[in-house]
Amino acid sequence: MCLAVPGRILERGGEDAVVDLLGNRLKISTVLTPEAKEGDWVLIHAGFAITQIDESDALETWEYLREVYGSSPAGAVAPDSEDAMTGEGP
Amino acid sequence: MSGRVESRNGGRRVLLAHGGGGELMHRLIRDHLVPPLDNELLAPLSDGAVLPDPKGRLVITTDSYVVTPLEFPGGDIGRLAVVGTVNDLAVMGAAPVALSLGLILEEGLPLTVLDRVMASIGATAEEAGVPVVTGDTKVIERRRVEEGGNRLAADGLFINTAGLGRLRPGVRLGTDRVKPGDAILVNGPLAEHGLAVLSVRDGLEFESALRSDAAPLNSLIDRVLDTGADVKFLRDATRGGLANVLVDISESREVSIEVDERQVPVAPATRHAADLLGLDPLTVANEGKVVCVVCSESVSVALAAFRDHPLGRQAVCIGCVTGAQPPLVELRTRAGGRRIVQRPYGEELPRIC
Amino acid sequence: MNSGIPALRAELDERCERIGRRVTFMEVCGTHTMSVFRSGIRAMLPKNLRLVSGPGCPVCVTPRGYIDAACDIAGRDGVMAATFGDMMRVPGRSGSLETLRSAGARIRVVSSARAALQLAREHPGCDVVFLAVGFETTAPGTAASVLEADRDGVDNFSVLMSQKLIVPAMLALLETADPQAPELDGFLCPGHVSVIIGADAYKPIVQRHAKPCVVAGFEPEQILRGLAHLAGQVAAGAAALENVYSGVVSLQGNRVAQKLVDQVFVVVDAAWRQLGVIPLSGQLLAPPYRRFDATRRFAVAISEDDDDPECRCGYVIQGKVEPRECPRFGAECTPDSPVGPCMVSSEGTCAAWYKYGRNLPDPSARGTQEVGL
Repeated sequence: MCLAVPGRILERGGEDAVVDLLGNRLKISTVLTPEAKEGDWVLIHAGFAITQIDESDALETWEYLREVYGSSPAGAVAPDSEDAMTGEGP
Repeated sequence: MSGRVESRNGGRRVLLAHGGGGELMHRLIRDHLVPPLDNELLAPLSDGAVLPDPKGRLVITTDSYVVTPLEFPGGDIGRLAVVGTVNDLAVMGAAPVALSLGLILEEGLPLTVLDRVMASIGATAEEAGVPVVTGDTKVIERRRVEEGGNRLAADGLFINTAGLGRLRPGVRLGTDRVKPGDAILVNGPLAEHGLAVLSVRDGLEFESALRSDAAPLNSLIDRVLDTGADVKFLRDATRGGLANVLVDISESREVSIEVDERQVPVAPATRHAADLLGLDPLTVANEGKVVCVVCSESVSVALAAFRDHPLGRQAVCIGCVTGAQPPLVELRTRAGGRRIVQRPYGEELPRIC
Repeated sequence: MNSGIPALRAELDERCERIGRRVTFMEVCGTHTMSVFRSGIRAMLPKNLRLVSGPGCPVCVTPRGYIDAACDIAGRDGVMAATFGDMMRVPGRSGSLETLRSAGARIRVVSSARAALQLAREHPGCDVVFLAVGFETTAPGTAASVLEADRDGVDNFSVLMSQKLIVPAMLALLETADPQAPELDGFLCPGHVSVIIGADAYKPIVQRHAKPCVVAGFEPEQILRGLAHLAGQVAAGAAALENVYSGVVSLQGNRVAQKLVDQVFVVVDAAWRQLGVIPLSGQLLAPPYRRFDATRRFAVAISEDDDDPECRCGYVIQGKVEPRECPRFGAECTPDSPVGPCMVSSEGTCAAWYKYGRNLPDPSARGTQEVGL
């Protein structure tokens, strides 16, 4: 019933934020997650962040995030969009 | 972006009279339509173009192009109109010889938009190495403008192109040659065109890292056919995506196709965007991807030829044809399960629930 | 990747073998339904495990009267309707929003309630009506948009409410003593609803009905983990609440979202397609916000009792029949011309079966089981 995808907050302003979805950028509302800051991972449903997620949980949960960020959560670096655009590995 | 962003009175626009056959039409053709296409065969601007003796069998194809918005990341309707028809010829095993161009313009279309689209047509035709040799232009009345709104309806631009091609001698392509044991190749990552277009649709806008993959595939396909690889069937995976092509092959030959999802090239950013919109990447449109069925002995030669071309660097073998009955397209999923792949039912709408 | 999958399958196989009888689990989330099909999970399940799809797709549970009301309003002069893509093809009695749009009505597909509100700001001369369907995950966004419209005085914005609550529906399923209904052995609870309401919300199901509940995410590995935990409980004779989506779902849920929803909505009895009226299972606007209620603004009533008698979507939703048991499935009712809402939504049970299962008359021929028919 409810599709939701993980994203990382790039910018926050008031109740709005821009999130990065592996190089795709989406403007969302953070009114439901007032404590989320730039750099935080959130789960997004229908244009709203519905909860914050720890980076390690985000990487553990979504395979396509692991493919880009690698499996080691610590210090995962945001990919440039070139990397995100590369076809999946073997 | 499209004409919508320009103010209602700003900039010159297409008038109904531009289609009226008079001085205004003459100027539109002379100043806006011909210069980007300039070539010897078009130059006489007669009622038709005279082509040199083709020396061989001919292939003719036609396609019409409608896309909203007219311009999108990685392309525009003009590029699509050239690429789509050139690719239809190429997958028939034909070298494109000439294109025709039919334009239907909506009254009010900004001339700057028309100019950009024409420039794109000219550039893409050059890229594909095929001249636009004849054309036609009509202007239709402006469609309804949203009452009380600031949205202009005048973003109508429809294109038809026909293409004439010369069939390569010795090439036999068709689903009738497809047999169990054959391999299925694709030349690169899927679903980028459809998602790039959706990313700029009203109400869904997100800034996508994805670019349309629209590209003329004739030189890529030439390279593969030049190797002498036993290529049995080619089809560009446009609307309906990879799923549509595979189901077509399966149905027409009554063979099954088994695809390994782990081999199907879909970039992580594409999967993420598809997830966001609730779409299946297998059913999303491409404009620069070809599905190639080859005899199993030719796989390595064909793949090497694909990978030797800029549009085929990420070519892979995604599966094979089998004799299993009933005829189905089955996907071995990334998770290790299996499921049936069917054609999508028309345009898939982005969903949220 | 998916390195955990083989281990989870082995675990699930072992536990189902230990159970030693047919076991039926229900997921109550359309996104689970779709993910199960897309990832081919059915082909991976033990032979004695049956996974049925409950009432978890908003399109599937929304009564036909709602579509009729939406079409009535959307067809009026000066109105622009904003809807999620799924609702476009849902049939009412006189067509769908899609057919209405082809007849000239202004209907926009949006991906958020906020996008609908934005349309209202951009088209001050129009009445923009947002078709607010969904479950607990979607409700806070609708509530926030109504509050924003209230705060900013966007008076040309309204919502046509059909927000539903899943826990009352799960309880109702268990409380309807239908002998035909399969004995349910447990629920795979919807991960994203649970983000909002918290895993603890399923406690009444465990406590009153002794049914195992496991909150799970949507990636194949998480679904298998959820099923393995359910099977583990059944094998052990337990009935507990577990959360295997704990990195995302908390016990209490999102308090900010809950507060917002409590402020803007009131809980009411609601009609579910062919499930009838379920007490306290829906939401309408609370009195301070009723000026945004489209049924008031346009004086439209949503009729609740005009289900198609032939359509068995209601039973499919309840897991009482499989799609192929409906006389209309695959015949009159296809994704091209859907009769019931389960065929309309791309994650509806019937659409999923049609799309991924219809063409396999003899699944054993492929060495798999339960891949479709």
